[in-house]
Amino acid sequence: MPKVMIPTPLRQYTDKKDSVEVAGVTVGEILGALTSAYPELKKNLYNDEGKLRSFVNVYVNDEDIRYLGKDKAQVAATDTVTIVPSIAGGR
Amino acid sequence: MQLTNDEIQRYSRHLIMPEVGMEGQLKLKQAKVLLVGTGGLGAPMALYLAAAGVGTIGLVDFDVVDFSNLQRQVIHGTKDVGKAKIDSAIETMLDINPFINVVRHETALKSDNALDIIKDYDLVADGTDNFPTRYLVNDACVLLKKPNAYGSIFRFEGQATVFAYPGGPCYRCLYPEPPPPGLVPSCAEGGVLGILPGVVGLIQATEVVKLILGAGEPLVGRLMLYDALGMKFRELKLRRNPECPVCGDNPTVTKLIDYEQFCGIPAAPPPPPAGGALAMGEIDAKGLKAKMDSGSKFVLVDVREPHEFQIGRIPGSVLIPLGELPKRLAELNPADDIVVHCKMGGRSAKAIDFLKTQGFSNLTNLKGGIIAWSDQVDPSVPKY
Repeated sequence: MPKVMIPTPLRQYTDKKDSVEVAGVTVGEILGALTSAYPELKKNLYNDEGKLRSFVNVYVNDEDIRYLGKDKAQVAATDTVTIVPSIAGGR
Repeated sequence: MQLTNDEIQRYSRHLIMPEVGMEGQLKLKQAKVLLVGTGGLGAPMALYLAAAGVGTIGLVDFDVVDFSNLQRQVIHGTKDVGKAKIDSAIETMLDINPFINVVRHETALKSDNALDIIKDYDLVADGTDNFPTRYLVNDACVLLKKPNAYGSIFRFEGQATVFAYPGGPCYRCLYPEPPPPGLVPSCAEGGVLGILPGVVGLIQATEVVKLILGAGEPLVGRLMLYDALGMKFRELKLRRNPECPVCGDNPTVTKLIDYEQFCGIPAAPPPPPAGGALAMGEIDAKGLKAKMDSGSKFVLVDVREPHEFQIGRIPGSVLIPLGELPKRLAELNPADDIVVHCKMGGRSAKAIDFLKTQGFSNLTNLKGGIIAWSDQVDPSVPKY
C-alpha cells in the first residue's frame, strides 16, 4: 500500500505516527482514506468547501500533485505520498 | 580590489581550493548579503558568512537577547542577555572577522522600508519567524530580482530552498497563500530543537556562498526537507508557477502590499482592556488564588501538553491537553464551575470556545496562564 508521510505539525492528529499506509490508487482516494481513519486531520487539510488548503502541499514521490492532476494524481502501491505544510519558524 | 597579506593568511584554506581561489575570495569580499533576522537561522548564517569573508553583511533585527534564545541563537552569549540582538551579533561577527563590514538595520522589515533596505544588496537570506515577513521578503526579492536563500524550521523539521533566482520559483509558487493565523504554531508555541536551525541556517549560508561564487548546483527548483529525528534529507520538485501573482507571466502584485492583512492578521491588535482589566469570562492569577482560598468549589483544567505539565503546574489542576479534549469530554461536567488555563492563555481560550459548542457555559479563562500565576502568585513555579 502507498505510504503517506505525516509532517510534525499534523502528527498530533495521527496518534503521533510519522507515516501511515493507506489503500487507494489516486491521491483523492488516499487522502480520503487517511482522513476517515483520522477525522481530526480533515479540517487541517481541507477548507470548508472541501478543497485542499493552499498552505498544504501534497507530493507523490518528489512531484507536486498540482502538476499531476491534483486529486486525480495516480499513486502506485510503492509510491510515497508526502504532506508538506507551510512552516515559518526561524528564530 | 586586493586582499591584504593578513586576509590572504586568514582565507588560505579557501585560496588553495581552485573552486574558490583568489578570484572567488574577492567575489566574497565584494558581495553584499542581507540577513533578515539574527535569531535561530540568522545566527549560524551570520557567524559563518562573516568567517568566510563576505565583505558586506547587513543585519535586520529589532529584538533583544533573552535567556530563552541561547539554546539555539549561538551568536549571542549569556553576557548579551538584555542587549539588542543586532549589537550582540555585530560584536561577535567583527571579533571573528574584523575585515568585513556589517551594516545595521535596527528595525522591523515592513512594506514601506523593505525595498529601500534590500535594493543595496546582491542576495538575501530569510531567517524570520512569521508568515507576513516571509511573504514580504519574497515579494520584495522578486520585485528587485534578488535571490533569496530561504530556510524555515519547526520542532525537528526544516525546509530550505532558493527563491527568486532568475527563472526559478518563488515562495508564492510553493505556497500561494499563508495559513490562517493560529493554525500553524510558531517555534515559541511549538518548540524547536536547538541544533536544528544550525543545520538549516548553514544550508542557507552554503547556498549564499555558492551563489556568490557561481559554483555548483544552486538549490533552485528544489525544496530540501530535513528531518532531524529520522536524519533524512529529501528533495521535492519545485516549479515556477506561470500564474504566480508575483513572479508569473502576468503578475498582479507589482508593488508591496499589506502583509499583515494578507495573512489575515487584524491591522491593529485589539486594544487591551484598559488598565489591564479583565475581559468577560476571564480571571487573573490573583483572582484564581483568592477563589481557591475562599474554598469555592470549581474544577481547574490545564489544557497544556504532558511535558509542559511536568515542568510545573498549578495545585489542584486536572490535565487534559487541548488536542485530547474532544474525546475526554466525559471527564468534565457542564454543571461545574470550570476554570481553564494553559501557558499564556491562548490554548485555554480555544478550549473554552470548543467547550461552549459542547453545552458548557460556566467557563472562565485564566488570563496569562501559568506564566501569570508564576509572576503574580507563586514564583517557585518555573517559567519556560
